[in-house]
Parts: sequence; structure tokens; C-alpha cells
Amino acid sequence: MVFLAVALGGAVGAVLRYLLGDAVPDGSGFPWNTFGINVSGSLVLAWLPWSATVRHRPTLAAGLGPGLLGGWTTLSAYAEQSRVLLDGGQTATAVAYLIGTLAACLAAVALVSSLYAPSAGDEFEAEGGDT
Amino acid sequence: MTLLLVALGAALGAPLRYAMATWIDEEAFPTGTLLANVSGSFLLGLFVSGGATGDWLAFLGTGFCGGFTTYSAFAVQTHRLGPARGTAYAVMTIGLSLAACAIGFVVGPHPGSGAG
Repeated sequence: MVFLAVALGGAVGAVLRYLLGDAVPDGSGFPWNTFGINVSGSLVLAWLPWSATVRHRPTLAAGLGPGLLGGWTTLSAYAEQSRVLLDGGQTATAVAYLIGTLAACLAAVALVSSLYAPSAGDEFEAEGGDT
Repeated sequence: MTLLLVALGAALGAPLRYAMATWIDEEAFPTGTLLANVSGSFLLGLFVSGGATGDWLAFLGTGFCGGFTTYSAFAVQTHRLGPARGTAYAVMTIGLSLAACAIGFVVGPHPGSGAG
């Protein structure tokens, strides 16, 4: 059942990624489209555990996390696009893309964590968990 | 038709990655996800080199490889691992995936190059 949810979510995520790529194709320079996909997917995946609805439903969590967001984001296209940029002598763009994607995705995850972690801490304190 | 092929490819790739992450990933280091990302990048280089275009590229590349690999889990894991292990994980994932993709492209059949 969990595997089915991951397959279904992955299919939907990949189709959405394909449709966005079709609507806004990446040109020969910086692959902004894939960049946006990976940053948005990382942001939402970081937020997912903070949603009570998702947290208490393991099948839904798998369908949305490893499924939908795993299918939406891609590391293979990121590697292939960087390879093409390096192959074409666009070294600066390739390095900016490789490091820029990582930095932006980590910043998105850190942002979500900093927004939500304190409130969880408050709850912990309110429950007297630290005494 | 193309959308169905993308969906089908990802419906195979995503559960395969999920299985590898579930069975191989450890709290200390997500080896399963690393393997999925590196091998998926190798396969995409191989498929592109093999001249996959149109519906084949949609199924194998956008669908399967795209569904098999993940950036979102990679980013969240890197953050969770902290500065030391997170840096090692990020450098390994990006370095090995890029290298694997390049190797896949080089060892691939290159049908369009005329070199055989």
C-alpha cells in the first residue's frame, strides 16, 4: 500500500515537472526551471513533518514525501544539465548552478526548520517536557 | 501518450528509490538515497548518450531517472546530518552523481556520432 502511494505520488510529481518543463523550457544557460523545481520541492519536504495531517498518516506521508516531492525534484537532470554546461565550456554557469541549487535548497530547508522548530519547542515546554 | 510514459517511468523509479532508502539508509548516513541518486545520474547520462529522445527520453529520463533520483530528500538529509556529515554527504552526492553522469555519457553507445 505504501509502495503504491509512492508510485502514484511519484507519477504525479514527475508529470507536473514534465509539464512545467514544457511550459517554461530551460534554454542553453542556467537551468532556472529545474532550479525552481528542486528548491520548491525541498522547501515543502522540510515542512511536511510539521503538518499534523500528514504526520499521523504514514501512507499519505510516503505518497507526498518520497512520492510526490521525490518525483517532482530530480538529481539526475541536475547532474546531466551540469555535465552539458561543463561540456560546452560554460564552467562558470555550471559551478553557479551546482552550488547555487544546493545553497538555495539548504536555505529553504533551514528557513522552514527555523520557522517551525521554535513552536515545537514551546509546545514541549508547555507540556512540561523539559522538567 | 507522453504524459503517460512520464508517469509510468516515475511510478517505477520512485518506489525503487523508496525501497533503497527504506532498506539501506541509516540515521547516520543515507547510503540508499546516495546510491539511487548516483546510479540514476549514471543511467541518465547513458540514455542521453544512447540517443534517447521524444517518448523514450520522457519514459526513461524524465520519468524513470527523474522519479528514481531526488533533490528534496537529499537537501533535507544534508540539513539533518549537520555541518560535518552533511558536508561529506553533499560533496559525495554531487561529485559522484556528476562523475557517474559523465561516465554514463562516455561509455554509452553514441549512435549519432557516427563513430559506432
